Amino acid sequence: MNHDMETGLRSDAGGKTVPAWFIQTAVIRHLEKTVITLHCGPAVSKNPFFQFTLRNARAGEKVSVQWTDNRGEIRSDDATIA
Amino acid sequence: MPSRREALSLSARLATLLSLTGLMPNLALGREGAYRAAFEAHSLAELSRALGAQAPIESREMALQAPDMAENGSAVQLTASTTSSGIKRLLLLVEKNPNLLAALIELSDAVEPSVTTRVKLQQSSRVFAVGLTSDGRCLFAQKEVKVTLGGCAA
Repeated sequence: MNHDMETGLRSDAGGKTVPAWFIQTAVIRHLEKTVITLHCGPAVSKNPFFQFTLRNARAGEKVSVQWTDNRGEIRSDDATIA
Repeated sequence: MPSRREALSLSARLATLLSLTGLMPNLALGREGAYRAAFEAHSLAELSRALGAQAPIESREMALQAPDMAENGSAVQLTASTTSSGIKRLLLLVEKNPNLLAALIELSDAVEPSVTTRVKLQQSSRVFAVGLTSDGRCLFAQKEVKVTLGGCAA
């Protein structure tokens, strides 16, 4: 997932605080069923990396990720299991 | 026989009492409110209370993989896993960060109870992998991670 994950603790070049901006939740679905839900704070690193193992997954099946950040922005992506 | 109104008022009072003792926290707030409180918690005890769990216990059923030393605190890879099938939520905590809770993961039976992610560490700190069971047990494993360069500005 590509996201800046600003903590709200950092200052920009002009010394102004950069407001917190981070992915809050990410829902991962496999065959239309939610298999794992992530809730993040701003301490999750930039461009969040999450790794988990699906049981009973077969090649060709679809997995989707939908995340929502603390500004209410939503993004969904699909991938096919190789 | 108490009227419906009396019964309702009694149960409301009981809920208030329980929430005061911390036995039934965030009932009115629901799951979202409980999670918000959890992300603002400053101690493991406060965190488990916010999520309605019992006092945290260090347990061999939980495992935490983390480096002994991290050169760059902006991305430290942590793996939380458990051998207990009763654990439905995994949490990753960094003791010395401004907010203790870094990530909370809700598992289902469709995934292995093990997750890996990268988190920021402001400074050298103890990190925790916490597992919550559906019946309210709170188990954890911990490890000390030394950081050469803090990750707060990342």
